[in-house]
Amino acid sequence: MSVQTRLIDLAIKFGFLLLMAGLLVFFSITAPGFMSPHSAVFVFQSVAITGILALGVTATLVVGGFDLSIGAVATSALMLSAYVMVVWELSAGTAIVLCLLMGAGVGLVNGLLIVKARVPDLLATLGMMFLLIGLQRIPTEGRSISTGMTLPDGTVARGTFSEFFLMLGRHRIDFFIERLIPLSVIFLLVVALLVWVFLEFTRHGRLMYAIGSNAQAAQLAGVKVERYKIAAYMISGTLASFGGVLLAARLGRGDVASGTNLLLDAVAAALIGFAVLGAGKPNAFGTAIGALFVGVLLQGMTMMNAPYYTQDFIKGAVLVVALVFTFALSARGSRRV
Amino acid sequence: MTQNALEIRNMNKAFGANSVLRGIDLDLPAGQITVLMGANGAGKSTLVKIMCGVQTADRGTMLLDGQDYAPDSPHAALRAGIVTVHQSINDGVVTDLDVASNLMLDRIAAGSGLFLRAAKLRAEAREIAKAVGLVAPMTQPVALLSLADRQLVAIARALSHNPKILILDEPTSSLSDAEAQRLFTLLEGLRAKGVAILYISHRMSDIRRLADSILCMRDGVISGSFTKAPLDYSGAVRAMLGHEMTEVDITIPARGAPVLELSELRLRAQSRPFDLTLHANEVVAVVGLVGSGKAQLANTLYGVARPVSGTMRLDGQSYAPKSPAQAIARKVFMAARDRRSNAIIPDFDIGRNFTLPFTRRHSGFADLIRRKSEKALAARMIAEMGVKCQSHADPILSLSGGNQQKVMIGRWMAEEARLLILDEPFQGVDIQARRDIGARIRVQSAGRATLVMVTELDEALEVADRIIVICEGSLKSDRPNRDIDLATLMAEVADSPSEVVTERQRA
Repeated sequence: MSVQTRLIDLAIKFGFLLLMAGLLVFFSITAPGFMSPHSAVFVFQSVAITGILALGVTATLVVGGFDLSIGAVATSALMLSAYVMVVWELSAGTAIVLCLLMGAGVGLVNGLLIVKARVPDLLATLGMMFLLIGLQRIPTEGRSISTGMTLPDGTVARGTFSEFFLMLGRHRIDFFIERLIPLSVIFLLVVALLVWVFLEFTRHGRLMYAIGSNAQAAQLAGVKVERYKIAAYMISGTLASFGGVLLAARLGRGDVASGTNLLLDAVAAALIGFAVLGAGKPNAFGTAIGALFVGVLLQGMTMMNAPYYTQDFIKGAVLVVALVFTFALSARGSRRV
Repeated sequence: MTQNALEIRNMNKAFGANSVLRGIDLDLPAGQITVLMGANGAGKSTLVKIMCGVQTADRGTMLLDGQDYAPDSPHAALRAGIVTVHQSINDGVVTDLDVASNLMLDRIAAGSGLFLRAAKLRAEAREIAKAVGLVAPMTQPVALLSLADRQLVAIARALSHNPKILILDEPTSSLSDAEAQRLFTLLEGLRAKGVAILYISHRMSDIRRLADSILCMRDGVISGSFTKAPLDYSGAVRAMLGHEMTEVDITIPARGAPVLELSELRLRAQSRPFDLTLHANEVVAVVGLVGSGKAQLANTLYGVARPVSGTMRLDGQSYAPKSPAQAIARKVFMAARDRRSNAIIPDFDIGRNFTLPFTRRHSGFADLIRRKSEKALAARMIAEMGVKCQSHADPILSLSGGNQQKVMIGRWMAEEARLLILDEPFQGVDIQARRDIGARIRVQSAGRATLVMVTELDEALEVADRIIVICEGSLKSDRPNRDIDLATLMAEVADSPSEVVTERQRA
């Protein structure tokens, strides 16, 4: 093996982690206060919701699909949980259960559209995205939901977000420093661990990767391809609705304008995940790192007072670089074998 | 002697280490129909692709009407007068456009004007359609036409270029008898006009009706050339299938109990129903040409396709799988043909490719995979099948074709089967791997029934206890692999009742 090929191998494997380390060093020097526990926690918190959504997309990427509806599912869950608690005045538990069921249901419909009606995945989930964006605004005629609002029929909503519900998005756990780690970060870690174990170490994950690699061969080897595909979209929908619940808990109101960036950030995280450790395929660990990467980038730029529009540009540029890492370099690697 | 429209000399083509064409010499005389026969992988399609400019040859010359001919694109071939009608008809038509637009498509695409003159186009299109006997309305979308009419559209379009050479790739494979007759009349008309026609087919009835001469391809060379009437059809099949006999040493074991019983099974709406019983311990080879129904039988037994009618019983119990998963649950396994698209998981290593169908066997608590058990199986199967590799963690695509195939077959040998179907297991493997695989199939055959689908007779003779010939979706013959009269077997595969009858038909 020549020095050059060895260098390429190293670049494929550790390039992205190096880039992230470099970024951390750069921000600690240029943005004072970046390297503090509270700044780190802020990064984690901003990452938590996109990370959970990105892990869902990862499941669909593994079976060779794609879910564009996650952002809309999350904002629908945000509106639904607010509507359940504020308008219907039901408990936080009911709201959460209904949201998760809604997410799983949307995933089921996505899966059925793709598997049974044979609609291409991008189109099916794109259609579902538009549908949900509209649907979530119908009950309130496009207005945000908060306690004391006037409903379309003239009554006034009297319900409130319960303390327990708000805690999901706002509570912080003591960890050396008082109130350091937000609860949502714990949720992210748990979800990431579960998805990682599921995809990497269970036979179901194995079969899902087989479907993504060659669905026809998997089918002929007796894998129930349709069921696994539907399951992947249901995982994606459920996790997206969970992300939406956390967003509602953080905001404390059903804000129609929130969550517009969720889809792009989550997709970016999952695709950046391809490049982490040279995996060259969708994977939960990479997705988590990808989400963290996006979070670090945004936090650092915010602390450097970069305007919001440059952030979108930088995010896009990083995504393109990550995709080059994955496809160009690793394709060269595998051709050499 | 008629003039040659096309002469090919010493054509060679290789893909990597795989030599597909090895010194092809071929003449296409003007005003004659030349039939080209060859089993899968013989190199026919590569040859055609080179002739119509999709690929270029590594070596060799082509002379078109005495002029050097080396098309660098399909368009160049078209301009030079070589027109191809492909097997999958939809490649030749744009299904969303109407008949007239399809017929005039090349004119439209090459045109300079911005606007189309619909009425004029339709009138011209009607002329072209009349020439091939197409009666469909010009404004009808092609998607609404029958397959036969679509094919006529494709052919009519081809003819609008005034071709010198017309290449047809299995044109009758999806036509009814009457539709095929219409096509034959059309081709005979073209022949009379002096067009050189290259007709690729395996249907003996088509070949008898049309052929002025027959060329056979096998392993990238022309293995037989028959130009003098009366044409030797059986000889042609023999040249295509090959029978350089290897030492066959088969001892037929004692038949066990019946495992699979098929009764009155009808694979296609028009095919004759047949009965077949497979027993434990026996290896049965199914021989048949492409399109004979061999693949359909395999798919039906594995739950990929449904029979039109009839019953299947497995170990005395009724058996009607609706999916591969259901077939596997009844211990019916199939190593599919064409491993690259139907069997290999390219992202997986060798070990994971082995364990794919039986991951449940290697998982424990919460369906977590037990890596140790998986590794042990991979090591065992690598040794049993004789896979040449560094480790079970090598990527599957790093193996040679023969070793990949060993993994794909070993995958199904890891568990006890009641019925093991191997569909074209020797496709694209070298001779050594073929021997190894054949030996493995026989060594492990005790207790189960084994069904091997093959195209080449040698393969059947090497591996089977019993040889079945399938033709036109039905069982043609069934005999033990002992003192086989090759000529009869060949004739059955080629579907010619006997030489005598053949001669009478021609007279």
